[in-house]
Parts: sequence; structure tokens; C-alpha cells
Amino acid sequence: MATKASRSAARLMISPAVILLLAWMIVPLSLTLYFSTLRYNLLMPGMEEWAGFSNYYYFLTDPAFFDALRNTLVLVGGVLAITIVGGVLLAILLDQPMWGQGVVRVLVIAPFFVMPTVSALVWKNMFMNPVSGLFASLFKTLGLQPFDFLAHAPMFSIILIVSWQWLPFATLILLTAMQSLDSEQLEAAEMDGAPPLKRFWFITLPHLARAITVVILIQTIFLLSVFAEILVTTNGGPGTATTNLTYLVYAQSLLQFDVGGGSAGGVVAIVLANIVAIFLMRMIGKNLDA
Amino acid sequence: MGRITLDKVAKRFGDVEVIPPLDLTIEDGEFVVFVGPSGCGKSTLLRLIAGLEDVSGGQIRIDGKDATAVQPAKRGLAMVFQSYALYPHMTVRKNIAFPLRMAGLSQQEQDKKVEGAAAVLNLTNYLDRRPGQLSGGQRQRVAIGRAIVREPSAFLFDEPLSNLDAALRVGMRLEISELHNRLATTMVYVTHDQVEAMTMADKIVVLNAGRIEQVGSPLELYHRPRNTFVAGFIGSPKMNLIEGAEAAKHGVATIGIRPEHIAVSPESGTWKGKVGVSEHLGSDTFFHVLDTGLADAITVRAGGEVDLHHGDTVYLSPDAAKMHRFDTEGLRIE
Ligand SMILES: Nc1ncnc2c1ncn2[C@@H]1O[C@H](COP(=O)(O)OP(=O)(O)OP(=O)(O)O)[C@@H](O)[C@H]1O
Ligand SMILES: [Mg+2]
Repeated sequence: MATKASRSAARLMISPAVILLLAWMIVPLSLTLYFSTLRYNLLMPGMEEWAGFSNYYYFLTDPAFFDALRNTLVLVGGVLAITIVGGVLLAILLDQPMWGQGVVRVLVIAPFFVMPTVSALVWKNMFMNPVSGLFASLFKTLGLQPFDFLAHAPMFSIILIVSWQWLPFATLILLTAMQSLDSEQLEAAEMDGAPPLKRFWFITLPHLARAITVVILIQTIFLLSVFAEILVTTNGGPGTATTNLTYLVYAQSLLQFDVGGGSAGGVVAIVLANIVAIFLMRMIGKNLDA
Repeated sequence: MGRITLDKVAKRFGDVEVIPPLDLTIEDGEFVVFVGPSGCGKSTLLRLIAGLEDVSGGQIRIDGKDATAVQPAKRGLAMVFQSYALYPHMTVRKNIAFPLRMAGLSQQEQDKKVEGAAAVLNLTNYLDRRPGQLSGGQRQRVAIGRAIVREPSAFLFDEPLSNLDAALRVGMRLEISELHNRLATTMVYVTHDQVEAMTMADKIVVLNAGRIEQVGSPLELYHRPRNTFVAGFIGSPKMNLIEGAEAAKHGVATIGIRPEHIAVSPESGTWKGKVGVSEHLGSDTFFHVLDTGLADAITVRAGGEVDLHHGDTVYLSPDAAKMHRFDTEGLRIE
């Protein structure tokens, strides 16, 4: 795009897409901002009135908000920890030459293609169900009391389900990174007297640092908004044990019919997500250059 | 000490025998160069010595002790790779110190040895840079530094200069030779560049398809190549190998005559031909002489000032005393 004419032509051509995308984002955002300043209850249609910042006040002082904040962090942190540690281990395993490598790789990737609702239901009914679940019968054959995962360790169960979905993604990215490691570096380290664990620690892991950064960034964006898995399994309960911010906003607007409060929650969630994003970019984004 | 003995060492990848059983002795303190065309198994042989590949048969002895099953790190050898294989996330200092750190040396000892190696290799000013911020020659020196600090009983080099430009290559060639003189440690050096082989080696091992064609000092290979392969491989430009009627006149299957052993004259001589391409190097001129009826082209060396042009008729006179004779198997006849 060298000439002036071609540049302005390019702008003209690209403008419909840009305008459409902008409208797509601006309209809901401004509507949400607008609703968040109204007293807007679905049970009282036509009674909307200006409410100032009281929606924000009520949302931010709600004890459920702090629970949701903590739950969101625990969920994101837990899933990140499991998927990265598990992903690195799986990537190492899949990187070994073995029989049926292609098939095994496809199988490992498979969970990523299962919809969240479906996988959460499968986990809930086929694995974690205290009566008919696979874990329950496993416990019974071992002579133990079946454990009701979703009732007694709800957060852990959700983390497990979400990790299961995201593990393939992490594995895939880390595996490709692993394969780009120059094998001569490992051989040099071997000659330098580094046993396998030290080779992993001093050579492989630093090589993976950038890929791990990418995994953390991408997963965090998606994990902040986990919803389907919670809706299908625990409905945010027991109490607020598994209510994250997304679920709290949903509960506020559609279970308590308070659209104004829900919108305020949505705006708060946007602000928090952006703070996290900036924080992440600052902290680990520098890993990406050079 | 660093005497390496290969005893019937062989290597197969699956069904493919890359290296048929071969015997070779590398004496302590020797500078041995493996040369051969691409794919002949030079790197594989070096990796077998290093222990990075398992042998399919035979025995490797280092200083008389069987090292066939010994781990690479325990063989007391250091290797410099073609890609340098520096650790990109570590500074030069950490790279060089890595083997020392793995050996569990104290920080002071590490620092002392790293500083020592850096001084030898002119790297002192670069110790806190990363490999990505160094030139090719500097990276090469870091790789050598990492090998030196271990004080190995032998160094293994796999085409260490092939990524450098011509000028730097000549410089590094000298540096490595000097290093060898100073350390007097055994060095095994792989290259496909026969100039490197001729200039650096105490002993050259010519490999062809995994087999050793000849072992000897550079001049031995130059003056008395054992067969046509070595004759054609050693020397630059290549020896002229002539078959057919002209060879039959000498009663052999092939005769070989080096470009520098043919006299060129515009008036008279043994063979008549036409000048083809000429390469002027200043000190020398190489003529490719066509239409001699002997071979596609005969290469001859003349002085820098010879006034011959494309298409001119020339006469060539080989120096009979310097002629090499080979039988139908390609083996040398004395
Ligand atoms: N891991 C392997 N599996 C199968 N064949 C291999 C393997 N490594 C090397 N080979 C084969 O062994 C032969 C010798 O390879 P090697 O790398 O030793 O050649 P080289 O002499 O070093 O060549 P170059 O000068 O190009 O580096 C080649 O034909 C190559 O295809
Ligand atoms: Mg090679």
C-alpha cells in the first residue's frame, strides 16, 4: 500500500467491517452502562427510573460480591496451575517417540472439541454422581463411602471439569513449543553433565517460558468468564461456594430480575477484567518480546 | 590423556548400515580430521565417540578403558556443535559456566575458570551478553569456551566453521590450531572442506559411505592417495583422473595428474587442447582445457601472468614423475 490513493481506498474498503464491529461492541456496552444507572426490575415493567449509582453501591457491598471475587480468582488460578503443570507433563510424554503417536495425540486433543455444557453434564452425571457415578462405584469397590463431589468439594469439582477442558489447549501449545527446541541444545547439556531432570529445568523449561506465557494470557481471558459449567452443575452453590463474577451477574439480573444491578455488576466485571489484563500484560507480557 | 580407539565399531539405523565395522586409533594429543562428502557418516561417527548415539556393534575405548556403554557426560569428552547449541536464555558467562555448575564447583572456582577461558578466547567484554547479541564468530568462541572449561581429555568438533563467512573461517581455523598447540589435547574435527582438513590436521581420515578410505598425514594423502576416491577428494583443484586409451598407454586403468604438475605451453607439449574457462586468482590461474580427447576437461595451474584466452590452443605436458596410477579397482599402483 504505497500510494495515497491506495491507502484511502483501503480505508474505505475496510470501514464497513470496522464500523460493524464497533457498533457491535459500543451498542451493548452503552446500553449496559445506561441500564446500570436505572432501577430496572423485570417484575415491574415500565417503572424504570433514574437511580444514580445506587446499583453500584448495592452490588459492591453485597457479601456475595466478595465471595464471587474470591471464587473467580481461585477458579482461574486453580485451572491455570493444573493445565500448565499437566500440559507440560503431557507434552513431554507426547514428544517421546512411541507407537500410535498420531492416534494418541488426536485423543488428547479431543476434549477441547466437546462443548462446555456437554462435558460438564458428563462429569456431573457419569463421573461425580454419588449414586451412579463412576467415581462412586470405584469408591464402593474399594470399600469406601462414595464421595459427593459437587456437594462437598464444589469448587474443586468445577476446577477439575474446567481443567479437563483446557488441558488439551495447553498441551497442544506446549507440545509445539517443545518440538521447536533444538535437540543439539539438549545433547550439549547432556555432554555438559546435566542429568535428565536438570536438562528439563535448565534447558526445556526456559525454552517453554514464552509458550507458557501465551497459555496463561489466553486461558485467563476465557477462564474469567466460565459460566456454562457452573450453571449445569452447581448453580453457583451450595450457597455462593461456586458463584464467580459471571454467574453473580447472571443471578442478579435473571434470577433476581434486577437488570439494573446486573448491569452494574457487568460493568464492574469489565473493569476488573481489564485490570487483570493490564496486570498480566505488564507482568509477563515482556516475556513475549525478544 | 585422550587416546581413543574404535574397535569394529558399526552403526545401523534400522536396516540401513550407515557405518560398517571400522577400526581407528586416535593418539593422545593428535589433531584428527574426518573428511568426506555429505552424508558419508562423519557426524554419526563423531556422535558415536561422544556417546550421543549407541553403537550397533564393536567397542569404543578411551585411554584403554571400555567406554562403549558409558554415558556421554562421563566420557570426559567435550563437543562443539555445528549450530553451536548455546543456551539462548543464559548469558555468555552462564553458558560457559554451565558444565562447571553441573559438576558442582563452587561459585569462585566457576568464576575463575570462566574468566580464564574468556581471556583465552577474547570474550571478556561479552560475558554478560546473551548468545542472541553475539556475532557468529563470537558464538563459536563461546561454544569452544564451554568445551575448554571442562578440561576434557579430547575435543570433538562437528563442522564448527561451516556457518561462518570465508574470512572469519580462515581466522577461526588459525585460532583452533593455536588452541590445539597450547592445550595439546586430542581434537577430533569433522569437516567436508578439504582445505580445512589439509591445513589443520595431524592426521586425516577420509570417509566414503561410512568406510575409511585412507588414514594419513595431509602430505601423505596428497602425495600417495591410496585410491581414486582419495585422489579426487584431496587437493584443490581436484586431481585430473584420466581413463581410456591414454591410461592404457601407461598400462593401467586410470592415471591421475594434479593441475599443478602439468606444464602449459602455447607451442608444444604432450597433449593438445583448447582453453575453456579460466579462473584468475592473481597468484595462480586455473585453466580448464577442453577438447583434449582425454576427459571432459583437464584442469591445469599456471602462473598469474600467463597470457592465454578462451579458445586459444594450448599444449599440456604432464610431469611423468608426479603421475599417479590406479588399477581397475581404483587402487593405487606404485
Ligand atoms: N537418526 C537417523 N536415522 C536414520 N538415518 C540417519 C540418522 N542420522 C543419520 N542418518 C543417515 O546416516 C548417514 C550419515 O549421516 P551423517 O549425518 O553422519 O552424515 P555427514 O557425513 O555428517 O554429512 P554432512 O557432511 O552433510 O553433515 C546419512 O545417509 C543419513 O541419512
Ligand atoms: Mg554432519
